Amino acid sequence: MTLAAATELAAATNENLANISNTLIYSSMAVYTLAFFAYIAEWLLGSRSKVGRTAAALTPVKTAKAGKAAAPAVTVKKGGSTAVLERPKVVVRAAAGQRDVPDGPGAHGGDAQGDLYGRIAISLTVLAFLVEFGGVLTRALSVERAPWGNMYEFNITFSTVAVGVYLSLLALKKNVRWLGLFLITTVLLDLGLAVTVLYTASDQLVPALHSYWLYIHVSTAIFCGAVFYVGAVSTLLYLFKDSYENKLANGGTPGRFANSVLDRLPASASLDKFSYRVNAAVFPLWTFTIIAGAIWAGDAWGRYWGWDPKETWSFITWVAYACYLHARATAGWKGRKAAYLALIAFGCWLFNYYGVNIFVSGKHSYAGV
Amino acid sequence: MSETKTGTPDTTSAAADEDLGAAGSQLSTAPAEDTPNLPSLGVIGWTRWFWRQLTSMRVALLLLLLLSLGAIPGSLIPQTGIDETKVAEFRKAHETLAPIYDKLGLFHVYSSVWFSAIYILLFVSLIGCIVPRTWQFVGQLRGRPPGAPKRLTRLPAYTTWRTDAEPEQVREAALALLKKRRFRAHLAGDAVAAEKGYLREVGNLAFHIALVVMLIAFAWGQLFKSEGNKLIVEGDGFSNTLTQYDDFKSGSLFTQDDLDPFSFNLKNFVGSYEPSGPNRGTPRVYKADITYSVGSSDQEKKTTIEVNEPLEIGGSKVYLVSHGYAPVVTIRDGQGKIVYKDAVPLLPLDGNVTSTGAIKVMDGYRNAKGEREQLGFQAFFLPSYGGAGTAVVSQFPALLNPVLNLEAYHGDLGVDAGIPQSVYQLDKKNLKGFKDAKGAQVRENLKPGETMKLPNGAGSITFEKEIKEWAGFQVARQPGSGWALAGSLAAIFGLAASLFIQRRRVWVRATTGGDGVTVVEMAGLGRSESAKVPEELGDLAGILYEQAPGAPDPDDDPAESEASPDPQVAPAEGADTK
Repeated sequence: MTLAAATELAAATNENLANISNTLIYSSMAVYTLAFFAYIAEWLLGSRSKVGRTAAALTPVKTAKAGKAAAPAVTVKKGGSTAVLERPKVVVRAAAGQRDVPDGPGAHGGDAQGDLYGRIAISLTVLAFLVEFGGVLTRALSVERAPWGNMYEFNITFSTVAVGVYLSLLALKKNVRWLGLFLITTVLLDLGLAVTVLYTASDQLVPALHSYWLYIHVSTAIFCGAVFYVGAVSTLLYLFKDSYENKLANGGTPGRFANSVLDRLPASASLDKFSYRVNAAVFPLWTFTIIAGAIWAGDAWGRYWGWDPKETWSFITWVAYACYLHARATAGWKGRKAAYLALIAFGCWLFNYYGVNIFVSGKHSYAGV
Repeated sequence: MSETKTGTPDTTSAAADEDLGAAGSQLSTAPAEDTPNLPSLGVIGWTRWFWRQLTSMRVALLLLLLLSLGAIPGSLIPQTGIDETKVAEFRKAHETLAPIYDKLGLFHVYSSVWFSAIYILLFVSLIGCIVPRTWQFVGQLRGRPPGAPKRLTRLPAYTTWRTDAEPEQVREAALALLKKRRFRAHLAGDAVAAEKGYLREVGNLAFHIALVVMLIAFAWGQLFKSEGNKLIVEGDGFSNTLTQYDDFKSGSLFTQDDLDPFSFNLKNFVGSYEPSGPNRGTPRVYKADITYSVGSSDQEKKTTIEVNEPLEIGGSKVYLVSHGYAPVVTIRDGQGKIVYKDAVPLLPLDGNVTSTGAIKVMDGYRNAKGEREQLGFQAFFLPSYGGAGTAVVSQFPALLNPVLNLEAYHGDLGVDAGIPQSVYQLDKKNLKGFKDAKGAQVRENLKPGETMKLPNGAGSITFEKEIKEWAGFQVARQPGSGWALAGSLAAIFGLAASLFIQRRRVWVRATTGGDGVTVVEMAGLGRSESAKVPEELGDLAGILYEQAPGAPDPDDDPAESEASPDPQVAPAEGADTK
């Protein structure tokens, strides 16, 4: 085989792979859509059950306050005199100033059929994730590099990682099933945006991107974004759930929709804790992403920090998340105010990704968009 | 889940926490949130009040918010430090806005007075916070974990059981167990007090100190930095002195002596590109083969500079930042005398290196009448011309079918007026185009080796077969970057430690109950975010329970613990299976 024929063959394979990648991405969108409907079915069927746990936990607050002086509730075991205790049981008290509301049962609301649809939805999500992952992989193979050269590739990788994070948390038996519908909705939006507005058939990678730092810096940036996103969804739901609980605690009656949906979510305290953990866990990695970027910039552009718009906005994002973490330790800023800061911080991240690429030109705009 | 219910609706626990007294204090060294009290009059009073405000968490948070807000305009408004031409364009387009922006320092946000004020205040606040916290922490390390609070039941995690073992035995076993688990533990009264997770505070302090180190390193770098660009055609050289640079920027404390003495020659530039497929034209390799010598030594060393792989000489780094073509042209006057022969570097316009530039013959040329005149050529270069009928842009970045398009002018180039002008542009104010017989502007596409004749015996210009390439180098010197890197690594590790390590306290109290049976109480306290405390306490209790097994419950109930208002016996985990 001559050299020309070989390169031609290679080109044909690449084009084939790129086509396969596109098909896989579209297929994953179809499966995500099915999963989306299954999640909807789960929520709809779940609305049949009228649990009202939150209301039950919050309404008798006043009597409980008057009756017992804030003592931990313990079940007294009237053991027979010969019973031998295997292990002492630890009694846990809610932290100061927190309402003690049980976590909601999840989208299916305890309804068996709803639960079935929920499980179907998760299975479909797993399938769609695998298909999408295949799409990202074939894209990478077709361009013979990491698939992070433009916003289309960035978007498809981002949603894959976000779903991956969700599924991993599920696999670790964390209470995150309630995230499903919210996550898949945005994944569909993200992919829709990717295939319509941001699609780039093939893209030239400037030599500045020929560095192993691409793998380190961009992959951590994508991962951080996916985790921040999960944290932001949970923060948003925390705000809703918190005002719902406040309303109930103050003797108000929330609307039917709020009652049906919010009651099935975890307690506001759990949501708050979850979003804090998620954001705090990934914050050091975000710090690392920025520093890795700075080191790379030092090698590629001759300075490690030059207030390029992307650098500036990643710095702003960093400071905003730092604000959030500090707010949670500052009197008068805990709870809702801190949650607003977390949302602002995620807004900064989002702007850093979309806004800076689209509206501002800087050294990071080699993405075709 | 028939056996337990955890927690209780509880809105008074904030008040109840005061019961903990010293035991709950100083689990972190976070500054106390005291209510702002009105300052007493007097300078010292005000200073103290101001200092207290500045170092309070609330103000630090506010400054952080301001810092992020303050950074925004710099990303949206063109900055002189990044792109001066854009600033100039902005000034032209917004004539009323620009002077206001100028006054507010919005064209150089990150070195403006107000932005500096924010971060300097923030760092003063930070230092004002770190120093006392460090002392406090040292005090905690030298002291011992605080003794058990009176009512262990008040703590977030609590467990108790009755045992036949003696209280002393239980306490000893607990002390041994906790020490084995690397708690700092000691016996205080009737209870063992233990604490773990000091690294959280170490990490926290390390992180904040690292931030200060990074800021100082960055400021140092800004003050002493230098950064210059130089375009070099193959075969030419450069020595690191101020006059040799095409453009040069430096920090305010930079002096010429700071330039590292070295020189180098560009021997060869290599650019290779993907020949086909969807990535046709994608650069695969950019490299510049150079020889360099350091100081006054004559010893020349060979090396290669690539993108992402700068050459480091002393404190300077030499980066390969751009490249392009420099066609060699020969210009002859009417008598055939060579008046110009040189490689003309042209600036690329797109990814396929469609390039543009100007050729200026300043002296030595005489026109057909023998008068002194200057010549100018507007040059347009396509390394890969698609052929007649295609758009006048290059199809590929390599030299597949090079074409040089020239537009000829004569007259006054305007270079003698003393006004600096771009070497890549013709100032056509005092230039006249050469016209052909039909009166059209003389303009021709040349292939390598071809010659364009100027009308009426005015001479000729030859596009030589040799086409050189040029490479743009940036020589940057930023002292303090080593410190910045060390600081940032310390910051990451400190941050991880301060977020992932939980600081917690455990107390084990063993006393003889009213009926002569030993009562063991265990309690754990952590920061509010930690969920591991109950788990760990259960784990510890399980082990201790094996060494001090449970005694039968008394039938008469409320004799257990005087401290607790409610009689409680926690059930065992496997109790209902038995």
